[in-house]
Amino acid sequence: MRFDSLLASVGHTPLVGLPRLSPSPDVRLWAKLEDRNPTGSVKDRAALAMILQAEAEGRLAPGCTLLEPTSGNTGISLAMVAKQRGYKLICVMPENTSAERTQLLTMWGATIITSPAAGGSNEAVRVAKGLAAQNPDWVMLYQYGNAANAQAHYDSTGPELLADLPEITHFVAGLGTTGTLMGVGRYFRDNKPDVQIVAAEPRYGELVYGLRNLDEGFIPELYDASLLSSRFSVGPLDALKRTRELLEVEGIFAGISTGAILHAALGVARKAMQAGESADIAFIVCDGGWKYLSTGAYEGTLEEAEERIEGQLWA
Amino acid sequence: MAIEVRVPTILREYTGGAKIVSAEGATLQSAFDNLEANYPGIGGRLLDDSGLRRFVNVYLNDEDVRFLDGLNTVIADQDTITILPAVAGG
Repeated sequence: MRFDSLLASVGHTPLVGLPRLSPSPDVRLWAKLEDRNPTGSVKDRAALAMILQAEAEGRLAPGCTLLEPTSGNTGISLAMVAKQRGYKLICVMPENTSAERTQLLTMWGATIITSPAAGGSNEAVRVAKGLAAQNPDWVMLYQYGNAANAQAHYDSTGPELLADLPEITHFVAGLGTTGTLMGVGRYFRDNKPDVQIVAAEPRYGELVYGLRNLDEGFIPELYDASLLSSRFSVGPLDALKRTRELLEVEGIFAGISTGAILHAALGVARKAMQAGESADIAFIVCDGGWKYLSTGAYEGTLEEAEERIEGQLWA
Repeated sequence: MAIEVRVPTILREYTGGAKIVSAEGATLQSAFDNLEANYPGIGGRLLDDSGLRRFVNVYLNDEDVRFLDGLNTVIADQDTITILPAVAGG
């Protein structure tokens, strides 16, 4: 496959069957390998779309500084696109993310401002909003509320899935900014409305939920619950177990958030089996496992790995 | 009929610091009523006039109850309810 540039190659990812993890020939699982994007994660789609949209709106000029709260992957994607197109990038990132993310961001030329671990991405969002107010010439694309984030998936991920798997019955993805689920969900609502849209939400350690009060909670502006059929909370032990299972049984080396998504997808498959229905369940492999090696998630027993990632933002 | 309720840090001031408490009830609403009876004040942090508070997420065996039957969701013995504040991911 030939492309004019690296940016032109974003998307067009393979959809691979999982013959051994699928419970039967009638209930099948399909993995969309988003780690095959230029920086190795699904976020390349949103980052590119948000920057192109801002350029089209005249919000960006060469030399501009972008600011973004991110737990990692979006920042890495933005850093790659920003470098190609001549912008500076400042990422506000919680301090409890993996070392590899910091190294990659720095490599691609981004500046990192850390936010406190307690409160997780909520804190990063709060800090970034404060910085944006103090620096009106910086452009915050703001992945949680930027329509181009979801639109990227409406325009690319959704059509790719339907073209590769016209018989699709379920789509399962992680719930973070909600961009993937909202974009793909809206695409299927318009083009194949019987497809069930299932969210897998990572359940972190307690530190991440350490708000001062419940009114400080956060729901991304992009989120529209009416596009979802169901939503599951997946804890670290299940996520780690499935991440390892995916490698062991199907040979796919994925990051931990993908394990959480696979856990939800297998739950959907089990329900279809119990109901005696056929199903073609596509799910997102968000990224490869490379960025999480230093967390210890892939070594020792599951319980040891769980202990190591406690308090970290693993998705 | 006893179910296990996992309480987030922020609401443990009502449960004497307990992370896991038990509640009884046939529906989520009745389980919350039972929680309020045992831990006065907690109910008002979970519910307002319109139902579940905006930044409160409740999961029955890991499934978000807003996509089940909300407060009318039927619960069974040995079920687990997890309460979590809504936080940012991504």
